[in-house]
Amino acid sequence: MTDKVLSTPPHVEPVVFTRDMLDWLPWLEPMAEQDLTARHMEGLVDAARAKSAYFRLLARDPEVLGARTRTDKDIFYNPDAGLPRAERELAAAATSRFNGCIYCASVHARFAATYSKRVEDVDRLLAEGVGADLQHRWNAIVAASVTLTATPISFGAEHIDALRKAGLDDASIVDVINAASFFNWANRLMLSLGEPSAPPAK
Amino acid sequence: MPDVIDTLAGIAPGSPLHAIRDQRPQARLHAQASYDSLFSPLSEADASRLERFAIACFVIGLHGRPEMEPLYSAGLTGAGAPAGLKDAIAKAAAAARGEGPYGHYPKGPLSTEDQAGPVHRLDAAARAALGRRLAAAFEHTHMLVFHPRDSAPAHLQSLIDAGWSTTGIVVISQLVAFLSYQIRVVAGLRALSARPA
Repeated sequence: MTDKVLSTPPHVEPVVFTRDMLDWLPWLEPMAEQDLTARHMEGLVDAARAKSAYFRLLARDPEVLGARTRTDKDIFYNPDAGLPRAERELAAAATSRFNGCIYCASVHARFAATYSKRVEDVDRLLAEGVGADLQHRWNAIVAASVTLTATPISFGAEHIDALRKAGLDDASIVDVINAASFFNWANRLMLSLGEPSAPPAK
Repeated sequence: MPDVIDTLAGIAPGSPLHAIRDQRPQARLHAQASYDSLFSPLSEADASRLERFAIACFVIGLHGRPEMEPLYSAGLTGAGAPAGLKDAIAKAAAAARGEGPYGHYPKGPLSTEDQAGPVHRLDAAARAALGRRLAAAFEHTHMLVFHPRDSAPAHLQSLIDAGWSTTGIVVISQLVAFLSYQIRVVAGLRALSARPA
């Protein structure tokens, strides 16, 4: 039986939200690279993901991993209509900030900053949290993400009205719903199956 | 087979929201594939269909979303749930409901944002009705739903001690995380279709 909780190697635990590149250390044994079959590679989608402990752990259920990854890519990368990529990433970062996933927030804050060029606003979201004032269009997207993420869910007509007032059409509103909802999936995997590790201090 | 998110959200072919969902065809297809793989798995060796539907009914109950209940409740029956299990799950969910997300951060500047909240433990009656594996899975599920940032290796050890394999824990985690997504997409789409521009 190899079923056991792993002890993580010595590492620096990140204690703030950051746009820095973080590593992720698994608490359960990922599949070994040499044990990955065609079925697992199909679940990994990109062959490069065989290098990632996170994806090799999720590859223990390759069908679900493959479907999860393809859902993720279409929600965030499909350029047709809807919300600009920067604001899909904003919804992901805000959801991760609210749930408290330092790893996910780091990745999607980086993307939000890269695609929007609004580095200071992204950093304010990370530093101050989801109550930060990011001007009206971003405030509406953050509020929608947060109310969808809360349990019980409190997203409703007033949030839809605010998104429309900020200029979002219904396809863009559906992108906000998809992006925030998807990060309620991603955050729970990242938070519960391992932990982030910071790069060594410079 | 009809798309499960469309069905749960009340989105009919030909409606504006149906057309909008069609603009993300891979997301639509693979959200459905995720549901299919989780609830009609190729192998039940690490988590049975009965266990999967039982956990799903508990997740739905914790979110208090009535539109989600009939599908998963029917799934539980279809998976051969013994008499009394459905009732035990409903009672366990009613006793465990709360408000999230809360929890703790690693010690440091974020500690000022720590928010305490219940760490749920099932009572003896629920434990007896659910059995060891499901009881451990439900306590883990409560944490994943309401305070996921409190996750720690000890929680995974509790699952292993209750008989879950590493792969089984990955399945439980995907199940609860996927449902956290599906419940929100359905809630969001329902809110949007109730508020035409």
